[in-house]
Amino acid sequence: MTESTTHETSPVLPLPANLALGAAVGGGVLAAASAAMSWTWTPAFPGDLTYYGSPAGLQWLALVGGALTALLALAAHGLKGLRWLSPSGSRNGVLFAALGTFAVCWYAVVAIAVELDGLVNLDPGGWLAAVGSLLAVLGALGLPLDRRRTVRHPELHWGLYAALAVSAVLRVGFGQGWALDAVPPGIRPIFTENLWFFVVLPAAIALFRLWRLLDGRLRIGRIERPLPAARALPGWAEILVVTAVFAVGLGVVEFGVSTEYGELFVGFLLLTAFATAALLASGAVGRLRELTARHRAVTTGAAFAAAGAFPFTQSSETYVLIGTNILIFATVALGLNVVVGLAGLLDLGYVAFLGVGAYAAALVSGSKFSVFRDLHLPFPVAVLIGAAAALVFGVVIGAPTLRLRGDYLAIVTLGFGEIFRIAMNNLDGTSGPSLTNGPNGIAAIPDVSLFGFDFGEAHDFGALHLGKNGNYLLLMLVATAVVVTVFARVANSRIGRAWVAIREDETAAEAMGINGFRVKLIAFALGATLAGLAGAVQAHVSGAVSPDQYLFSSPTPPNSAFLLAAVILGGMGTISGPLVGAALLFLIPAKLEFLQSYQLLAFGVALILLMRFRPEGLIAGRRQQLEFHDVQLPAQAAPADDVPTKAGA
Amino acid sequence: MSAVTTETATETAAVPAAEPVLEASGVVMRFGGLTAVGGVDLTVRQGEIVGLIGPNGAGKTTFFNCLTGLYVPTEGTVKYKGTVLPPKPHLVTQAGIARTFQNIRLFANMTALENVLVGRHTRTKEGLFSAILRGPGYRRAEAESRERARELLEFCGLGAKADHLARNLPYGEQRKLEIARALASDPGLLLLDEPTAGMNPQETRAAEELVFAIRDLGIAVLVIEHDMKFIFNLCDRTAVLVQGRKIVEGDRETVQNDERVVTAYLGAPLEGTTAAQEDGQ
Ligand SMILES: Nc1ncnc2c1ncn2[C@@H]1O[C@H](COP(=O)(O)OP(=O)(O)OP(=O)(O)O)[C@@H](O)[C@H]1O
Ligand SMILES: [Mg+2]
Repeated sequence: MTESTTHETSPVLPLPANLALGAAVGGGVLAAASAAMSWTWTPAFPGDLTYYGSPAGLQWLALVGGALTALLALAAHGLKGLRWLSPSGSRNGVLFAALGTFAVCWYAVVAIAVELDGLVNLDPGGWLAAVGSLLAVLGALGLPLDRRRTVRHPELHWGLYAALAVSAVLRVGFGQGWALDAVPPGIRPIFTENLWFFVVLPAAIALFRLWRLLDGRLRIGRIERPLPAARALPGWAEILVVTAVFAVGLGVVEFGVSTEYGELFVGFLLLTAFATAALLASGAVGRLRELTARHRAVTTGAAFAAAGAFPFTQSSETYVLIGTNILIFATVALGLNVVVGLAGLLDLGYVAFLGVGAYAAALVSGSKFSVFRDLHLPFPVAVLIGAAAALVFGVVIGAPTLRLRGDYLAIVTLGFGEIFRIAMNNLDGTSGPSLTNGPNGIAAIPDVSLFGFDFGEAHDFGALHLGKNGNYLLLMLVATAVVVTVFARVANSRIGRAWVAIREDETAAEAMGINGFRVKLIAFALGATLAGLAGAVQAHVSGAVSPDQYLFSSPTPPNSAFLLAAVILGGMGTISGPLVGAALLFLIPAKLEFLQSYQLLAFGVALILLMRFRPEGLIAGRRQQLEFHDVQLPAQAAPADDVPTKAGA
Repeated sequence: MSAVTTETATETAAVPAAEPVLEASGVVMRFGGLTAVGGVDLTVRQGEIVGLIGPNGAGKTTFFNCLTGLYVPTEGTVKYKGTVLPPKPHLVTQAGIARTFQNIRLFANMTALENVLVGRHTRTKEGLFSAILRGPGYRRAEAESRERARELLEFCGLGAKADHLARNLPYGEQRKLEIARALASDPGLLLLDEPTAGMNPQETRAAEELVFAIRDLGIAVLVIEHDMKFIFNLCDRTAVLVQGRKIVEGDRETVQNDERVVTAYLGAPLEGTTAAQEDGQ
């Protein structure tokens, strides 16, 4: 039925069908059950995995992964009552879930063995997790999977092998010293201190080769199956499902934000990535999409409610602050998406507009470091001033540049970003007029007080506690809501269509009566205004503005490079894309401290891989999906481009 | 509907005809030393279908680009319904001239409906703020636009394809979609640049019907084609462009019996009279 010339459904391992199913389910159950046992005898490993009966940290992930594997295996087999979990009937979801569980369990076991020096540190629980997840993977490989028929096996270029050999030799040579003679003494440290490069490069090549070999064996592919019609549920039940999904989503995001140590976060990322792939393959995501498209308002509401509930679920203020910062970053990224994603204008200095808004609002905030220290305008007015200032700058920058076609805008905005930073540094009264307090910035911005609600104080609503950061998270959420609303409404309007038309083909768009300059200027100015609005709120949330917060590139978001990366990584032209992209780009560096010095390198590699394998970004609108992959999707009545599927925090 | 007037170039001035829609006079377009269009006069009247033919590289598309503001002519003026056109494509469209492109230029990653909606741009006014506020006026205008766009898709035989991406449509339907998109700006004159290129005979027949139907809506049509059968079936009048010069203009017989046209199409040199050579000196 699903056979075609290019794809087939067949098992990778020739196991009897029942054995394979049993192994997949049993392995999943074992891995899940191991969470209730001790994995290691010593609490020295982060998270304390020593208890029987109470899972902690990584064990929770094993529990979830194992359970998901077993459930998906049963659902794909057609067990009554579980079909909703695997409407497509594809077994690939089982394999992905098993791989995720395997990755988490083995990552944990190996980390325990390495960090604590030896396998003796493993308790039975750890062994069980390792064996169970392996069993699940083997079982899943014995299920009839969707596979490509063809194996593409282009030989690796000989140059890669040569690079592998040369760097291996160099590693030895620099290590022993003899290869250093060929290098001028002045630059020797470059080599001796970066020996890792000569290990990582061959390792990457070898991994790539290994991946090719493995891919040739597995030939995992994807067969597009039409989902069977869903069992009709009453409207309220569908809404309940959407709400429940967002509650689960909130739980997942909360788990990720409040991970306390790098190992757990790595495990979390591994499992979420695999679980998402699994649910995509099983068709559960597709089913959910149908639901959210039908209940757009409920979906949006649930997403915001989930984000708004976040601070109430946290006992620690630090994680709430992380949530707030993610929201700031995500909101600005969404603003940039108007410019980049819809109108196709490359803005490399977007963060400067955030800075303009922040500085403008800070100047009138009543801070004693502001030159207008006696001026304390109410918060909403300060926000409007911030947005208006950014608008003015947007028009001033855009009006001369947008008349030209080509990449001038990228160059000019890049320059503007730098000029902004330098100007803010120099407007200190000595190098220039006194306005911004130079490198020290404008600190001590008073807390917002709206309608008698002081955002600087903790508040209790019955049993619910809301700290200072929680207040600001909710405030920022309002700003996010404004930007989301503006984006959603404008994207699907006369002006939004004109932007996309300009992006697609400027000549044809002008021949259709669109004034390219005018329309691009509107996009650019709107983008700047949204950034200014976010900046004004951000100034009040962080309580201080300084020039080094608004850079083209720096290790911490938001900066122009990261903003652009968030948009591209998440998905251009969609709402949820930049939100998810921003959340990931914020969390990964914040959680993985060991990455810090190689962060930009890691981003470079990640972006290259993403552009190679998923050029439309993590979350693609229907249009983007069609644009980058030549698949023919069935036409839909409603444009489902911009269904927000997940809140930012 | 309107009586098909067959008139030769010499008679044009004598016969009291319908209002001119397009009056191009002395249009010259030079690219450096190359004179792509060398002083072309052309008039299109209300209710007319006029053909523009000529061998490859004759300057037909360049002439269209001069009419629509994509190029600013080196010399000459273009008038639409008596007023000189501004040399900006969007203002030309606003004035009432719509066009299609020889090499299809649809917005490939927009749906068919969205493409036509973009064509409505000049005839709607909803700006940024009304889009954000979504008041009743906005909703009404948007609904009307969609209604009109669907009508136009239906008119061009694409009713079932509204939600397909333009890039996924077959070639012939892409050409039809370009016409629907052009019609969306409620033009008084439609310029078609090789509308049947790449079409099979049935599709070409359908395209003929479509052009007649457009004429019946009261829209004048100026059409470039290499398919002579198509041109002579359709056009009240045909102008022949060779090397940037209009050498003949008139009805089917006039054009077909002119030996200069025959030589031009057979590729024999036009001894002495070559436009490009004269101008190149
Ligand atoms: N932008 C330009 N710059 C330089 N030369 C151009 C330009 N556009 C067109 N030309 C030249 O002008 C001449 C006329 O080209 P045009 O495209 O108008 O021909 P055409 O009659 O439309 O031919 P075809 O039937 O092949 O479409 C050609 O020699 C072409 O190379
Ligand atoms: Mg041409």
